[in-house]
Amino acid sequence: MSDWIEACTADAIDEEDVMRFDHEGRTFAIYRSPDDEFFATDGLCTHEHIHLADGLVMDDIIECPKHNGRFNYKTGQAKGAPVCVNLKTYPVKVEAGKVLIQLAS
Amino acid sequence: MAAGMVIVGGGECGARAAFALRENGYDGPVTLIGAEKHLPYERPPLSKDVMTSPEHPLARTIAGNDRFAEQDIRFLGGTAAIGIDRKAKEIIFAGGDRLAYDKLLLATGAVPRPLPLAAQSRHCTYLRSYDDALAIRARLQSGARIVIVGGGFIGLELAASARQRGAAVTVLETQARILMRGVSEEIAAVIAERHRQEGVLIRYGIAIAAITDRDTGVTMTLAGGEKLEADLAVIGIGAIPATALAEAAGLETANGILVNAYLQTSDPDIFAAGDCCAFPLALYGGRRVRLEAWRNAQEQGTLAARNMLGLLEPHRAVPWFWSDQYELGLQVAGLADEASQTIRRDLDESAFILFHLAADGRLVAASGIGRGNSIARDMRLAEMLIARSACPDPAGLAAPDVKLKSLLAA
Repeated sequence: MSDWIEACTADAIDEEDVMRFDHEGRTFAIYRSPDDEFFATDGLCTHEHIHLADGLVMDDIIECPKHNGRFNYKTGQAKGAPVCVNLKTYPVKVEAGKVLIQLAS
Repeated sequence: MAAGMVIVGGGECGARAAFALRENGYDGPVTLIGAEKHLPYERPPLSKDVMTSPEHPLARTIAGNDRFAEQDIRFLGGTAAIGIDRKAKEIIFAGGDRLAYDKLLLATGAVPRPLPLAAQSRHCTYLRSYDDALAIRARLQSGARIVIVGGGFIGLELAASARQRGAAVTVLETQARILMRGVSEEIAAVIAERHRQEGVLIRYGIAIAAITDRDTGVTMTLAGGEKLEADLAVIGIGAIPATALAEAAGLETANGILVNAYLQTSDPDIFAAGDCCAFPLALYGGRRVRLEAWRNAQEQGTLAARNMLGLLEPHRAVPWFWSDQYELGLQVAGLADEASQTIRRDLDESAFILFHLAADGRLVAASGIGRGNSIARDMRLAEMLIARSACPDPAGLAAPDVKLKSLLAA
Protein backbone atom coordinates (compact mmCIF):
# COMPACT_ATOMS: atom_id res chain seq x y z
CA MET A 1 0.00 0.00 0.00
CA SER A 2 1.35 3.39 -0.88
CA ASP A 3 0.02 6.87 -0.51
CA TRP A 4 -0.31 9.82 -2.79
CA ILE A 5 1.49 12.77 -1.25
CA GLU A 6 0.74 16.36 -2.14
CA ALA A 7 3.95 17.93 -3.42
CA CYS A 8 2.86 21.39 -4.54
CA THR A 9 0.20 23.22 -6.47
CA ALA A 10 0.36 22.83 -10.23
CA ASP A 11 0.84 26.54 -10.81
CA ALA A 12 3.92 26.56 -8.54
CA ILE A 13 6.01 25.17 -11.39
CA ASP A 14 6.39 26.85 -14.77
CA GLU A 15 6.25 24.82 -17.92
CA GLU A 16 9.65 23.28 -18.74
CA ASP A 17 10.83 23.76 -15.19
CA VAL A 18 11.53 21.85 -12.00
CA MET A 19 10.98 22.24 -8.28
CA ARG A 20 12.45 20.57 -5.23
CA PHE A 21 10.14 18.68 -2.88
CA ASP A 22 11.30 17.35 0.48
CA HIS A 23 9.26 14.75 2.35
CA GLU A 24 10.09 12.75 5.48
CA GLY A 25 13.82 13.05 5.12
CA ARG A 26 13.82 12.35 1.39
CA THR A 27 14.19 14.79 -1.45
CA PHE A 28 12.51 14.71 -4.83
CA ALA A 29 12.36 16.76 -7.99
CA ILE A 30 8.99 17.58 -9.56
CA TYR A 31 8.95 18.54 -13.23
CA ARG A 32 6.47 20.22 -15.53
CA SER A 33 7.22 19.36 -19.14
CA PRO A 34 6.86 21.77 -22.10
CA ASP A 35 3.64 19.94 -23.04
CA ASP A 36 2.25 20.53 -19.55
CA GLU A 37 2.65 17.11 -17.98
CA PHE A 38 4.06 16.50 -14.51
CA PHE A 39 6.79 14.05 -13.52
CA ALA A 40 8.79 13.20 -10.42
CA THR A 41 12.21 11.69 -9.77
CA ASP A 42 14.60 11.32 -6.88
CA GLY A 43 15.95 14.75 -6.09
CA LEU A 44 19.66 14.05 -6.13
CA CYS A 45 21.95 13.44 -9.09
CA THR A 46 23.33 9.90 -9.10
CA HIS A 47 26.87 11.22 -9.71
CA GLU A 48 27.58 13.53 -6.77
CA HIS A 49 24.27 13.86 -4.92
CA ILE A 50 23.58 17.41 -6.06
CA HIS A 51 19.99 18.73 -5.97
CA LEU A 52 18.70 18.44 -9.52
CA ALA A 53 16.05 21.09 -8.90
CA ASP A 54 18.81 23.71 -9.24
CA GLY A 55 19.42 22.42 -12.76
CA LEU A 56 18.00 23.32 -16.13
CA VAL A 57 15.06 21.58 -17.82
CA MET A 58 15.24 21.44 -21.61
CA ASP A 59 12.49 19.39 -23.28
CA ASP A 60 12.60 15.94 -21.64
CA ILE A 61 16.00 16.47 -20.05
CA ILE A 62 17.06 17.63 -16.62
CA GLU A 63 20.69 18.68 -16.46
CA CYS A 64 22.53 18.53 -13.15
CA PRO A 65 23.66 22.03 -12.12
CA LYS A 66 27.10 20.85 -11.07
CA HIS A 67 28.63 18.75 -13.81
CA ASN A 68 25.96 18.76 -16.50
CA GLY A 69 25.05 15.13 -16.04
CA ARG A 70 21.81 14.60 -17.98
CA PHE A 71 18.75 12.47 -17.35
CA ASN A 72 15.46 12.01 -19.12
CA TYR A 73 13.17 12.98 -16.25
CA LYS A 74 10.23 11.11 -17.79
CA THR A 75 12.05 7.76 -17.71
CA GLY A 76 14.95 8.42 -15.33
CA GLN A 77 17.42 7.31 -17.97
CA ALA A 78 21.01 8.60 -17.54
CA LYS A 79 22.20 10.17 -20.80
CA GLY A 80 25.96 9.70 -20.58
CA ALA A 81 29.15 10.78 -18.77
CA PRO A 82 29.55 11.74 -16.01
CA VAL A 83 26.28 10.05 -15.03
CA CYS A 84 25.83 6.34 -15.58
CA VAL A 85 23.23 5.37 -12.95
CA ASN A 86 19.57 6.02 -13.81
CA LEU A 87 17.29 8.17 -11.66
CA LYS A 88 14.37 6.60 -9.88
CA THR A 89 11.02 7.96 -11.09
CA TYR A 90 7.66 8.15 -9.30
CA PRO A 91 4.06 8.24 -10.53
CA VAL A 92 2.48 11.69 -10.54
CA LYS A 93 -1.08 12.90 -10.96
CA VAL A 94 -2.76 16.30 -10.79
CA GLU A 95 -6.03 16.66 -8.93
CA ALA A 96 -7.85 19.90 -8.18
CA GLY A 97 -4.79 21.92 -9.07
CA LYS A 98 -2.51 19.93 -6.78
CA VAL A 99 0.44 17.79 -7.86
CA LEU A 100 0.42 14.41 -6.11
CA ILE A 101 3.35 12.00 -6.09
CA GLN A 102 3.11 8.31 -5.25
CA LEU A 103 5.92 7.12 -3.05
CA ALA A 104 6.02 3.34 -3.29
CA SER A 105 6.87 1.75 0.02
CA MET B 1 45.55 -6.57 -37.40
CA ALA B 2 45.21 -2.98 -36.29
CA ALA B 3 47.93 -1.60 -34.04
CA GLY B 4 45.21 0.23 -32.18
CA MET B 5 44.66 3.46 -30.34
CA VAL B 6 47.10 4.62 -27.71
CA ILE B 7 46.42 7.37 -25.20
CA VAL B 8 49.23 8.85 -23.11
CA GLY B 9 47.86 10.42 -19.94
CA GLY B 10 45.54 8.73 -17.45
CA GLY B 11 43.66 11.77 -16.18
CA GLU B 12 40.13 12.96 -16.88
CA CYS B 13 40.85 13.64 -20.54
CA GLY B 14 42.67 10.42 -21.38
CA ALA B 15 40.17 8.24 -19.56
CA ARG B 16 37.19 9.90 -21.22
CA ALA B 17 38.85 9.47 -24.59
CA ALA B 18 39.42 5.75 -24.01
CA PHE B 19 35.77 5.13 -23.17
CA ALA B 20 34.60 7.42 -25.96
CA LEU B 21 36.50 5.30 -28.49
CA ARG B 22 34.35 2.34 -27.45
CA GLU B 23 31.15 4.40 -27.27
CA ASN B 24 31.80 5.36 -30.88
CA GLY B 25 32.08 1.75 -31.97
CA TYR B 26 35.84 1.24 -32.16
CA ASP B 27 36.67 -2.42 -31.54
CA GLY B 28 40.45 -2.51 -31.98
CA PRO B 29 43.00 -2.41 -29.16
CA VAL B 30 42.82 0.60 -26.82
CA THR B 31 45.68 1.29 -24.42
CA LEU B 32 45.64 4.02 -21.79
CA ILE B 33 49.02 4.89 -20.29
CA GLY B 34 49.02 6.66 -16.91
CA ALA B 35 52.10 8.02 -15.14
CA GLU B 36 50.37 7.57 -11.78
CA LYS B 37 49.76 4.09 -10.46
CA HIS B 38 46.12 4.86 -9.59
CA LEU B 39 43.21 4.16 -11.88
CA PRO B 40 42.08 7.41 -13.53
CA TYR B 41 40.33 9.57 -10.95
CA GLU B 42 38.59 12.94 -10.73
CA ARG B 43 40.88 15.78 -9.65
CA PRO B 44 38.35 18.44 -8.55
CA PRO B 45 37.74 16.83 -5.11
CA LEU B 46 41.46 16.87 -4.28
CA SER B 47 41.41 20.44 -2.96
CA LYS B 48 37.97 20.03 -1.37
CA ASP B 49 36.41 16.74 -0.19
CA VAL B 50 39.73 14.91 -0.02
CA MET B 51 41.05 17.58 2.35
CA THR B 52 37.96 17.87 4.53
CA SER B 53 36.78 14.26 4.66
CA PRO B 54 36.87 12.99 8.25
CA GLU B 55 37.86 9.51 7.12
CA HIS B 56 40.74 8.53 4.89
CA PRO B 57 39.50 9.72 1.49
CA LEU B 58 39.53 7.37 -1.45
CA ALA B 59 40.24 8.68 -4.93
CA ARG B 60 36.99 8.98 -6.87
CA THR B 61 37.79 6.86 -9.88
CA ILE B 62 36.31 7.69 -13.27
CA ALA B 63 35.83 3.98 -13.87
CA GLY B 64 36.67 0.88 -11.89
CA ASN B 65 38.70 -2.15 -12.98
CA ASP B 66 35.47 -3.89 -13.91
CA ARG B 67 34.56 -1.21 -16.46
CA PHE B 68 38.03 -1.26 -17.97
CA ALA B 69 37.72 -5.02 -18.33
CA GLU B 70 34.19 -4.88 -19.67
CA GLN B 71 35.16 -2.25 -22.25
CA ASP B 72 38.39 -4.10 -23.06
CA ILE B 73 40.56 -1.05 -22.35
CA ARG B 74 44.09 -1.83 -21.26
CA PHE B 75 45.26 0.53 -18.52
CA LEU B 76 48.99 0.73 -17.89
CA GLY B 77 49.37 2.60 -14.60
CA GLY B 78 52.63 3.87 -13.14
CA THR B 79 54.09 3.77 -16.62
CA ALA B 80 56.23 6.43 -18.26
CA ALA B 81 56.19 6.92 -22.01
CA ILE B 82 59.51 8.59 -22.77
CA GLY B 83 59.47 8.89 -26.53
CA ILE B 84 57.48 8.72 -29.73
CA ASP B 85 58.97 7.15 -32.86
CA ARG B 86 56.76 8.91 -35.38
CA LYS B 87 58.20 7.08 -38.39
CA ALA B 88 57.52 3.66 -36.91
CA LYS B 89 54.36 4.97 -35.18
CA GLU B 90 55.44 3.56 -31.85
CA ILE B 91 55.50 4.75 -28.25
CA ILE B 92 58.77 4.11 -26.41
CA PHE B 93 58.62 3.21 -22.72
CA ALA B 94 61.24 3.87 -20.06
CA GLY B 95 62.50 0.29 -20.20
CA GLY B 96 62.91 0.42 -23.98
CA ASP B 97 59.76 -1.52 -24.83
CA ARG B 98 57.67 -0.20 -27.68
CA LEU B 99 53.97 -0.08 -28.45
CA ALA B 100 52.62 0.54 -31.93
CA TYR B 101 49.70 2.90 -32.60
CA ASP B 102 47.43 3.76 -35.48
CA LYS B 103 46.42 7.01 -33.81
CA LEU B 104 47.94 8.48 -30.71
CA LEU B 105 46.37 10.89 -28.24
CA LEU B 106 48.53 13.00 -25.96
CA ALA B 107 46.51 13.87 -22.86
CA THR B 108 49.53 14.58 -20.73
CA GLY B 109 47.93 17.36 -18.72
CA ALA B 110 49.80 20.04 -16.86
CA VAL B 111 52.16 20.20 -13.92
CA PRO B 112 52.29 22.82 -11.18
CA ARG B 113 54.44 25.80 -12.06
CA PRO B 114 57.49 25.44 -9.81
CA LEU B 115 58.60 28.23 -7.50
CA PRO B 116 62.41 28.22 -7.85
CA LEU B 117 62.91 29.58 -4.32
CA ALA B 118 61.14 26.52 -2.94
CA ALA B 119 63.24 23.96 -4.78
CA GLN B 120 65.29 22.91 -1.74
CA SER B 121 62.47 22.98 0.81
CA ARG B 122 61.00 19.79 2.26
CA HIS B 123 58.08 21.77 3.68
CA CYS B 124 56.98 23.41 0.46
CA THR B 125 54.67 21.31 -1.62
CA TYR B 126 52.31 21.41 -4.60
CA LEU B 127 48.84 20.03 -5.19
CA ARG B 128 48.14 18.17 -8.40
CA SER B 129 47.78 14.46 -7.70
CA TYR B 130 45.87 12.31 -5.25
CA ASP B 131 49.17 11.44 -3.55
CA ASP B 132 49.98 15.17 -3.23
CA ALA B 133 46.55 15.68 -1.67
CA LEU B 134 47.01 12.88 0.87
CA ALA B 135 50.40 14.28 1.89
CA ILE B 136 48.94 17.76 2.43
CA ARG B 137 45.87 16.40 4.19
CA ALA B 138 48.06 14.55 6.69
CA ARG B 139 49.58 17.87 7.74
CA LEU B 140 46.36 19.89 8.01
CA GLN B 141 45.61 19.14 11.65
CA SER B 142 43.98 21.75 13.84
CA GLY B 143 46.36 24.52 14.80
CA ALA B 144 48.81 23.84 11.96
CA ARG B 145 50.09 27.01 10.32
CA ILE B 146 49.75 26.85 6.56
CA VAL B 147 51.07 29.39 4.10
CA ILE B 148 49.62 29.25 0.61
CA VAL B 149 51.62 30.96 -2.09
CA GLY B 150 49.26 32.20 -4.81
CA GLY B 151 45.67 33.42 -4.61
CA GLY B 152 44.35 31.33 -7.49
CA PHE B 153 41.73 28.59 -7.45
CA ILE B 154 43.89 25.79 -6.10
CA GLY B 155 45.24 27.98 -3.33
CA LEU B 156 41.87 29.43 -2.34
CA GLU B 157 40.02 26.12 -2.39
CA LEU B 158 42.77 24.66 -0.29
CA ALA B 159 42.60 27.66 2.07
CA ALA B 160 38.88 27.03 2.58
CA SER B 161 39.45 23.33 3.21
CA ALA B 162 42.35 24.01 5.59
CA ARG B 163 40.18 26.39 7.63
CA GLN B 164 37.51 23.73 7.84
CA ARG B 165 40.19 21.44 9.30
CA GLY B 166 41.12 24.11 11.84
CA ALA B 167 44.47 25.15 10.39
CA ALA B 168 45.64 28.77 10.50
CA VAL B 169 45.92 29.97 6.91
CA THR B 170 47.83 32.82 5.28
CA VAL B 171 47.60 33.38 1.53
CA LEU B 172 50.40 35.33 -0.15
CA GLU B 173 49.43 36.97 -3.42
CA THR B 174 51.84 38.96 -5.57
CA GLN B 175 49.05 40.94 -7.26
CA ALA B 176 46.76 43.60 -5.81
CA ARG B 177 43.84 41.15 -5.63
CA ILE B 178 43.09 37.44 -5.81
CA LEU B 179 42.00 35.63 -8.99
CA MET B 180 43.50 38.18 -11.34
CA ARG B 181 43.37 35.71 -14.17
CA GLY B 182 39.85 35.08 -15.40
CA VAL B 183 37.61 36.39 -12.61
CA SER B 184 36.19 39.89 -12.43
CA GLU B 185 36.99 42.12 -9.50
CA GLU B 186 33.43 42.18 -8.13
CA ILE B 187 33.38 38.42 -7.75
CA ALA B 188 36.93 38.19 -6.45
CA ALA B 189 35.92 40.69 -3.75
CA VAL B 190 33.05 38.44 -2.59
CA ILE B 191 35.41 35.50 -2.31
CA ALA B 192 38.10 37.51 -0.52
CA GLU B 193 35.54 38.78 2.00
CA ARG B 194 34.28 35.24 2.64
CA HIS B 195 37.83 34.08 3.36
CA ARG B 196 38.36 37.05 5.68
CA GLN B 197 35.22 36.10 7.63
CA GLU B 198 36.63 32.59 8.07
CA GLY B 199 39.88 33.97 9.42
CA VAL B 200 42.08 33.44 6.37
CA LEU B 201 44.68 36.18 6.13
CA ILE B 202 45.13 37.20 2.49
CA ARG B 203 48.10 39.46 1.90
CA TYR B 204 48.47 41.31 -1.37
CA GLY B 205 51.44 42.66 -3.28
CA ILE B 206 53.74 40.20 -1.55
CA ALA B 207 57.10 39.16 -2.98
CA ILE B 208 59.04 36.35 -1.35
CA ALA B 209 62.79 36.93 -1.01
CA ALA B 210 63.88 33.64 0.54
CA ILE B 211 62.54 30.32 1.78
CA THR B 212 64.45 28.46 4.49
CA ASP B 213 63.59 25.16 6.13
CA ARG B 214 63.59 24.68 9.87
CA ASP B 215 63.36 21.26 11.53
CA THR B 216 59.60 21.20 11.60
CA GLY B 217 58.59 23.85 9.12
CA VAL B 218 59.56 26.64 6.84
CA THR B 219 60.46 30.32 7.19
CA MET B 220 59.48 32.67 4.39
CA THR B 221 61.37 35.90 4.22
CA LEU B 222 59.34 38.57 2.43
CA ALA B 223 60.84 41.27 0.24
CA GLY B 224 60.61 43.84 3.07
CA GLY B 225 62.55 41.59 5.44
CA GLU B 226 59.57 40.32 7.42
CA LYS B 227 59.75 36.63 8.33
CA LEU B 228 56.74 34.31 8.26
CA GLU B 229 56.88 30.91 9.92
CA ALA B 230 54.71 28.01 8.84
CA ASP B 231 54.49 24.28 9.32
CA LEU B 232 53.71 23.80 5.68
CA ALA B 233 53.70 25.91 2.54
CA VAL B 234 51.66 24.97 -0.50
CA ILE B 235 52.61 26.60 -3.78
CA GLY B 236 49.73 27.31 -6.15
CA ILE B 237 51.08 29.69 -8.76
CA GLY B 238 49.61 28.15 -11.86
CA ALA B 239 50.37 25.19 -14.07
CA ILE B 240 52.46 24.59 -17.14
CA PRO B 241 51.51 22.18 -19.90
CA ALA B 242 53.29 18.83 -19.98
CA THR B 243 54.78 19.08 -23.45
CA ALA B 244 58.15 17.33 -23.06
CA LEU B 245 57.09 14.19 -24.90
CA ALA B 246 55.60 16.21 -27.76
CA GLU B 247 58.62 18.47 -28.02
CA ALA B 248 61.05 15.55 -28.04
CA ALA B 249 59.02 14.08 -30.91
CA GLY B 250 59.32 17.32 -32.87
CA LEU B 251 55.65 18.30 -32.63
CA GLU B 252 54.91 22.02 -32.68
CA THR B 253 54.37 23.55 -29.26
CA ALA B 254 53.88 27.06 -27.87
CA ASN B 255 52.44 27.21 -24.36
CA GLY B 256 50.95 23.82 -25.07
CA ILE B 257 50.94 21.28 -27.85
CA LEU B 258 49.59 23.10 -30.89
CA VAL B 259 46.49 21.51 -32.40
CA ASN B 260 43.97 22.46 -35.08
CA ALA B 261 40.21 22.62 -34.63
CA TYR B 262 40.11 18.81 -34.81
CA LEU B 263 42.65 18.58 -31.96
CA GLN B 264 45.21 17.23 -34.39
CA THR B 265 48.86 18.11 -33.81
CA SER B 266 51.36 18.92 -36.55
CA ASP B 267 51.49 15.13 -37.08
CA PRO B 268 48.05 14.10 -38.40
CA ASP B 269 48.23 10.72 -36.63
CA ILE B 270 48.80 12.36 -33.26
CA PHE B 271 46.12 14.26 -31.37
CA ALA B 272 46.36 16.28 -28.18
CA ALA B 273 43.59 17.29 -25.78
CA GLY B 274 42.95 18.75 -22.35
CA ASP B 275 45.30 20.86 -20.24
CA CYS B 276 48.31 20.09 -22.43
CA CYS B 277 47.02 21.50 -25.72
CA ALA B 278 46.68 24.98 -27.18
CA PHE B 279 43.72 25.04 -29.56
CA PRO B 280 41.80 27.55 -31.68
CA LEU B 281 38.61 28.72 -29.98
CA ALA B 282 36.04 29.02 -32.74
CA LEU B 283 33.65 31.30 -30.86
CA TYR B 284 36.36 33.86 -30.29
CA GLY B 285 37.67 34.24 -33.83
CA GLY B 286 39.85 31.17 -33.62
CA ARG B 287 42.23 32.70 -31.12
CA ARG B 288 44.47 30.11 -29.57
CA VAL B 289 43.93 29.28 -25.93
CA ARG B 290 44.86 26.61 -23.45
CA LEU B 291 42.33 25.72 -20.77
CA GLU B 292 42.93 24.00 -17.47
CA ALA B 293 39.45 22.88 -16.61
CA TRP B 294 37.64 19.66 -15.83
CA ARG B 295 34.90 20.04 -18.41
CA ASN B 296 37.32 21.01 -21.15
CA ALA B 297 39.36 17.89 -20.41
CA GLN B 298 36.24 15.80 -20.65
CA GLU B 299 34.87 17.41 -23.81
CA GLN B 300 38.17 17.45 -25.64
CA GLY B 301 38.92 13.85 -24.66
CA THR B 302 35.59 12.80 -26.13
CA LEU B 303 36.05 14.92 -29.25
CA ALA B 304 39.62 13.72 -29.82
CA ALA B 305 38.41 10.12 -29.67
CA ARG B 306 35.78 10.80 -32.32
CA ASN B 307 38.30 12.52 -34.54
CA MET B 308 40.84 9.72 -34.09
CA LEU B 309 38.12 7.57 -35.65
CA GLY B 310 37.92 9.93 -38.61
CA LEU B 311 34.78 11.88 -37.79
CA LEU B 312 36.58 15.22 -38.21
CA GLU B 313 34.31 17.33 -36.04
CA PRO B 314 35.67 20.76 -35.15
CA HIS B 315 35.88 21.86 -31.55
CA ARG B 316 33.18 24.36 -30.69
CA ALA B 317 32.62 24.67 -26.98
CA VAL B 318 32.28 27.55 -24.57
CA PRO B 319 35.05 27.56 -21.95
CA TRP B 320 33.52 26.88 -18.55
CA PHE B 321 34.79 26.27 -15.06
CA TRP B 322 33.62 26.37 -11.50
CA SER B 323 35.11 26.70 -8.04
CA ASP B 324 33.58 25.85 -4.67
CA GLN B 325 34.81 27.59 -1.53
CA TYR B 326 32.91 27.23 1.75
CA GLU B 327 29.23 27.36 0.76
CA LEU B 328 29.96 29.58 -2.23
CA GLY B 329 29.84 28.37 -5.79
CA LEU B 330 31.49 30.37 -8.56
CA GLN B 331 31.15 29.76 -12.28
CA VAL B 332 32.65 31.43 -15.31
CA ALA B 333 31.56 30.76 -18.89
CA GLY B 334 33.28 32.25 -21.91
CA LEU B 335 36.18 34.67 -22.09
CA ALA B 336 35.54 38.08 -20.58
CA ASP B 337 38.62 39.89 -21.87
CA GLU B 338 36.91 40.96 -25.10
CA ALA B 339 34.05 42.58 -23.22
CA SER B 340 33.40 46.30 -23.14
CA GLN B 341 30.26 46.36 -21.00
CA THR B 342 29.17 44.46 -17.90
CA ILE B 343 25.56 43.95 -16.82
CA ARG B 344 24.77 42.74 -13.31
CA ARG B 345 21.81 40.50 -12.53
CA ASP B 346 21.01 39.94 -8.85
CA LEU B 347 19.38 36.55 -8.26
CA ASP B 348 18.98 36.92 -4.51
CA GLU B 349 20.69 38.88 -1.74
CA SER B 350 23.85 36.79 -2.03
CA ALA B 351 23.87 35.57 -5.62
CA PHE B 352 24.60 37.54 -8.76
CA ILE B 353 25.75 37.05 -12.34
CA LEU B 354 27.80 39.45 -14.42
CA PHE B 355 27.14 39.40 -18.14
CA HIS B 356 30.06 40.56 -20.21
CA LEU B 357 29.08 42.04 -23.58
CA ALA B 358 31.35 42.90 -26.49
CA ALA B 359 31.12 46.26 -28.24
CA ASP B 360 28.80 44.77 -30.90
CA GLY B 361 26.39 43.54 -28.19
CA ARG B 362 27.43 39.89 -28.30
CA LEU B 363 27.44 38.09 -24.97
CA VAL B 364 31.04 36.84 -24.70
CA ALA B 365 31.16 35.74 -21.07
CA ALA B 366 29.22 35.42 -17.86
CA SER B 367 30.50 34.97 -14.35
CA GLY B 368 28.51 34.41 -11.23
CA ILE B 369 28.70 33.62 -7.57
CA GLY B 370 26.19 32.52 -4.96
CA ARG B 371 25.41 29.96 -2.32
CA GLY B 372 25.53 26.35 -3.45
CA ASN B 373 24.21 25.98 -6.97
CA SER B 374 21.98 29.06 -6.86
CA ILE B 375 23.52 30.54 -10.02
CA ALA B 376 23.81 27.27 -11.93
CA ARG B 377 20.65 27.40 -13.99
CA ASP B 378 21.07 30.95 -15.20
CA MET B 379 24.75 30.33 -15.85
CA ARG B 380 23.85 27.34 -18.02
CA LEU B 381 21.45 29.50 -20.01
CA ALA B 382 24.10 32.20 -20.26
CA GLU B 383 26.48 29.63 -21.66
CA MET B 384 23.90 28.68 -24.30
CA LEU B 385 23.49 32.35 -25.23
CA ILE B 386 27.27 32.65 -25.55
CA ALA B 387 27.41 29.54 -27.72
CA ARG B 388 24.90 31.13 -30.09
CA SER B 389 26.81 34.41 -30.23
CA ALA B 390 23.54 35.98 -29.10
CA CYS B 391 23.09 39.69 -28.50
CA PRO B 392 20.60 39.61 -25.61
CA ASP B 393 18.76 42.72 -24.52
CA PRO B 394 20.85 44.24 -21.69
CA ALA B 395 17.71 45.36 -19.83
CA GLY B 396 16.46 41.76 -19.83
CA LEU B 397 19.77 40.47 -18.55
CA ALA B 398 19.67 42.93 -15.67
CA ALA B 399 16.10 42.08 -14.65
CA PRO B 400 15.86 38.91 -12.55
CA ASP B 401 12.16 38.53 -13.34
CA VAL B 402 12.91 38.28 -17.06
CA LYS B 403 13.65 34.61 -17.65
CA LEU B 404 16.89 33.97 -19.48
CA LYS B 405 15.13 31.16 -21.29
CA SER B 406 12.94 33.76 -22.96
CA LEU B 407 16.06 35.59 -24.18
CA LEU B 408 17.34 32.32 -25.58
CA ALA B 409 14.19 31.92 -27.63
CA ALA B 410 14.41 35.51 -28.93
